[in-house]
Amino acid sequence: MLEPGILTTIQDRGRYGFSQFGVPPSGALDTFSFRVANLLVGNQEGEVCLETTIMGLKLKALREVVVAITGGDLSPTLNGESLEMWRTHLLIEGDVIKFKKVRAGCRAYLAVSGGFVVPKIMGSGSTYLSGKFGGLEGRALKRGDILYTFDIQSPLSKLSLLFPSDWIPPLEKEVLLRVIPGPQNHHFTEKGFQTFCSSSYQVTPRCDRMGIRLEGPKIERRSDVEESIISESLISGAIQVPGDGKPIIILTELVTGGYTKIATVISTDLSKVAQLKPGDRIRFEPISIERAHLVLKKQEDIVQSFKDIIQRS
Amino acid sequence: MGLYSETRFLHMGDRGLLLEFGDEISSEVNEKVRRMALAIQTEAIEGIIETVPTYRSLLIFYNPLILPIEELRKRLKHIEEGLRQTRFPDPKLTKIPVFYGGSFGPDLEEVAKYHRISPKEVIRLHCSKPYFIYMIGFMPGFPYMGELPDALVTPRLKTPRLSVPAGSVAIAQRQTGIYSMESPGGWQILGRTPVKLFNPEKDPPTLLQMGDLVQFYPIKKKEFESWKE
Repeated sequence: MLEPGILTTIQDRGRYGFSQFGVPPSGALDTFSFRVANLLVGNQEGEVCLETTIMGLKLKALREVVVAITGGDLSPTLNGESLEMWRTHLLIEGDVIKFKKVRAGCRAYLAVSGGFVVPKIMGSGSTYLSGKFGGLEGRALKRGDILYTFDIQSPLSKLSLLFPSDWIPPLEKEVLLRVIPGPQNHHFTEKGFQTFCSSSYQVTPRCDRMGIRLEGPKIERRSDVEESIISESLISGAIQVPGDGKPIIILTELVTGGYTKIATVISTDLSKVAQLKPGDRIRFEPISIERAHLVLKKQEDIVQSFKDIIQRS
Repeated sequence: MGLYSETRFLHMGDRGLLLEFGDEISSEVNEKVRRMALAIQTEAIEGIIETVPTYRSLLIFYNPLILPIEELRKRLKHIEEGLRQTRFPDPKLTKIPVFYGGSFGPDLEEVAKYHRISPKEVIRLHCSKPYFIYMIGFMPGFPYMGELPDALVTPRLKTPRLSVPAGSVAIAQRQTGIYSMESPGGWQILGRTPVKLFNPEKDPPTLLQMGDLVQFYPIKKKEFESWKE
């Protein structure tokens, strides 16, 4: 690790089954890009990867290793030359990968064949930053860290593996997020809910792996219900509206909360949320639960088709 | 209102179904949450990733591609109808030592002033009864407990602290809790316990469990400093 960049953490698919003890899932935020990165290098889709944010990560290969980079376009380079994303590359000892600057999106994923070696805590290698455990000593990576990988599993014949370009999700500065209303949408006035659905919200600098604060028109709540609710579970994508009427999209490092939630981003669109950075704009579109499940199925079909391609190659 | 006559099924996105059993913090509602959580766990339904019990609701995190929503609803309704009023095992009582006041309990004096009683009386009241653990949440191992004696019911701080040390024993409204890790927080801090509440290497990782009881007792600074588990 020559430079850790703005924030680089070790993540896998997350830690499930421990929210009842107050332990949030953590895990890769853009699950689609994360899964594809793993599949490209011949791993199981949930293997331990690097998640890097905005820019600055610089790594040197200390041995031969197969890598793939997916997710946000952070201008990755190999020994100074631009490096193609969404495909496999063979690195040899001394090769340097650098993420120069953010061109689109926010988070990139780097998978290595075999996966990184980290202890599994509660069944997961994911870093839980505020809990200070998981990943590498529960912290973000820093200069001088050495990461070990398991031995290469995929045969070198798969080196030219490419993820079909028309399946790569577009990275836009203005995104439409589909949401399921509730569980507390009835705490807002009809006008307030209309404001939520028809306005454009901007991502503020107050965004991290716990949540994204948005700026935009204030969402009006009903005067006859209390501002806070009895603390209950949170889920990635839940949209909290605290007293100031400005929405916050909850991400993967929180378990419970006592603010009202007007809606929840559908799981398929969480990968888009993961690619938001300060200044980007959002609109919300309510859809039915049935449609959300169809959309999810469609995304799973893409992943499955890619697995089939890998099987055949 | 208390317990709803009919449980509410609320969507929390396309992978979360929230079962809401009532609209208050009460042992009746909380018991229904625990009973239902236990029954669902016992059934081990394929497609349920995890269940998260809280004060008055239970979140079911599911994979709709394995378990369609209509099927999930049907199974949950069926489980709910079959819930028997069997007794839970007796709750486990854990005694938690606390050094009250000083720099470890920066709000003790203010809480005493607020209620026009002495700090000593605040400590006596806080240790006067065992508390029921309604849920673990907010951070790993943080127990939400109640109810405080009426004479101790205190609002949250107007401005939350940016950092509350691990082990801080605090109150807010009718609740009392223990910060299991350092974190920002707005509860009134009465003291600190040397006992570790969370260990990610242990199974279960938390010292305290939902449904159990906690009894606080005061210790001296020396005892705090020489505390060994």
